[in-house]
Amino acid sequence: MAITVRAVVRPERTFATQIYLVEVWKGLALTFRHLFVNLFRHAMRALGATGFLPGAVTIQYPEDPAVLGKRARTRHRLLKRDDGAPRCTACLLCETICPAKCIRITAENAPDVQVEKRAKTFDIDLGMCVFCGYCVEACPVDAIHMDANEVELSTYTRQDMIWTMPELLGDKPKLPSQSTRAVDPLHP
Amino acid sequence: MSFAIPLNEVLFTTAKVLFAVVGVGLNIAGFLGWVERKQSAVLQDRIGANRASIFGITILGLFHPIADAIKMLTKEDFVPTGATKPLHGLAPMISLGCAMFCLAALPYGGVIEYAGRAWDLQPIALPMGVPLVLATLAFGVHGIVMAGYASGSNYGLLGALRGAAQMIAYEVCLASALAGILFVYGTLDFSEAVLWQVNHGVWGIVVQPLAFILFLTAGAAVTKRTPFDLPEGESEIVGYHVEYSGMKFGMFLMTDFFESIVICGVITALFLGGWSIPFLDLRSMGPLGGFLMVNAFIGKMLLLLFLLMQLRWTLPRFRFDQLLDLGWKNILPLSLMNFLATAWVVYIWR
Repeated sequence: MAITVRAVVRPERTFATQIYLVEVWKGLALTFRHLFVNLFRHAMRALGATGFLPGAVTIQYPEDPAVLGKRARTRHRLLKRDDGAPRCTACLLCETICPAKCIRITAENAPDVQVEKRAKTFDIDLGMCVFCGYCVEACPVDAIHMDANEVELSTYTRQDMIWTMPELLGDKPKLPSQSTRAVDPLHP
Repeated sequence: MSFAIPLNEVLFTTAKVLFAVVGVGLNIAGFLGWVERKQSAVLQDRIGANRASIFGITILGLFHPIADAIKMLTKEDFVPTGATKPLHGLAPMISLGCAMFCLAALPYGGVIEYAGRAWDLQPIALPMGVPLVLATLAFGVHGIVMAGYASGSNYGLLGALRGAAQMIAYEVCLASALAGILFVYGTLDFSEAVLWQVNHGVWGIVVQPLAFILFLTAGAAVTKRTPFDLPEGESEIVGYHVEYSGMKFGMFLMTDFFESIVICGVITALFLGGWSIPFLDLRSMGPLGGFLMVNAFIGKMLLLLFLLMQLRWTLPRFRFDQLLDLGWKNILPLSLMNFLATAWVVYIWR
């Protein structure tokens, strides 16, 4: 295939652009239009008129809920099978692939012979998690999702950043610990 | 000439100066802090500062300047170890004081007749008001250089040198841009200049449109606001006030607003007819005329400030060489040519 060359036309510096005043005027026209259109919309909505677009794109976040994308990676969630048992088979693939090393699983024998193993504990330290989503990709049994749509995860202690299995399954609400002393989970 | 000044004259002048500096200056400067935030927010499709409240009342964020002032007054006033302390403290006072003084020399109104005597509404009426204001504005550069030099910081000094280079370049342009129109008016007195415009029924912007644009540009540069804010350089943190904190920093911030008000006041007086309202003879209307004069002057000034704010949020910042080129190579020759052409026209016309 022959190489095609496309000449990019560079904007020419004409006299009109060089004296700059015309360009300043164009810029002012744009900003003035935004200013007055937005002022008009604000005024109309303040007066209670309907059918006008909002004057600002701002989301007043703490009062209004945060708007998350459909595919946003948020807090982890462990899924259950139809019979109510956790889907996790403690294969440790997520723990292995995790670049932040924030997942810790201990396994035990499962009563169900089909799966052989199950997780005894399944802790995720959200203080270390980088929200890369590799654990979701790696899971062979679709046991972990990152779709809890929860982003307000901050706590007063590092200990409270650790989510245990019942909390990730949704069986137990996540409550802050009574301790007000900051504890380093890696060096308790 | 008698040197005994009657007491009521002293009181009236004091009241006028207080009105100019406190009533007009401090109020508008505080208000401009709010305007700058809200105007930029609305034109960028945002809402802007709206959180400061007193008992849950926010009034569109109007309390934010008060919150700012309280914050600056209660912050630690930090003086770095290497600083020259007396100069470090003196610099913001010189900067702000010069800008505040200029406000007292602006013609807020003309002479009105009331209660059997004439009242001059200009706080400090001098036959050489224009050069006085320009000289005082230029003196403000001492505050900037002093601030950078006394901080004991290389970054502060760098910002101060930039500021000095810029302000000297544009003070020259300020004076030369005004040369033409002052030649037409034949006076250096603000009130005489306004009276010329009233008597001829034409504003200075019609007589000298080029001088208006040049003076507006140079004025925006002298106030050190974007697009000419290189001495401050908010984004690269190399400014003459890099070592200042608390209310001393606040004073430098206020200086910008005060200088903007002064520049807009000078433009109003010399190019926009000062206190005059078209088709109204305000001088024969007594106290009501005086009230309208002051309001007309301040209204025109506020419109110009609005335009300057809009320019600040429209244009990108100049590079430093572009800035100096604009001053020395474009505005100065243009204004001198404007002056020469004006001189010829006036000579032939007379």
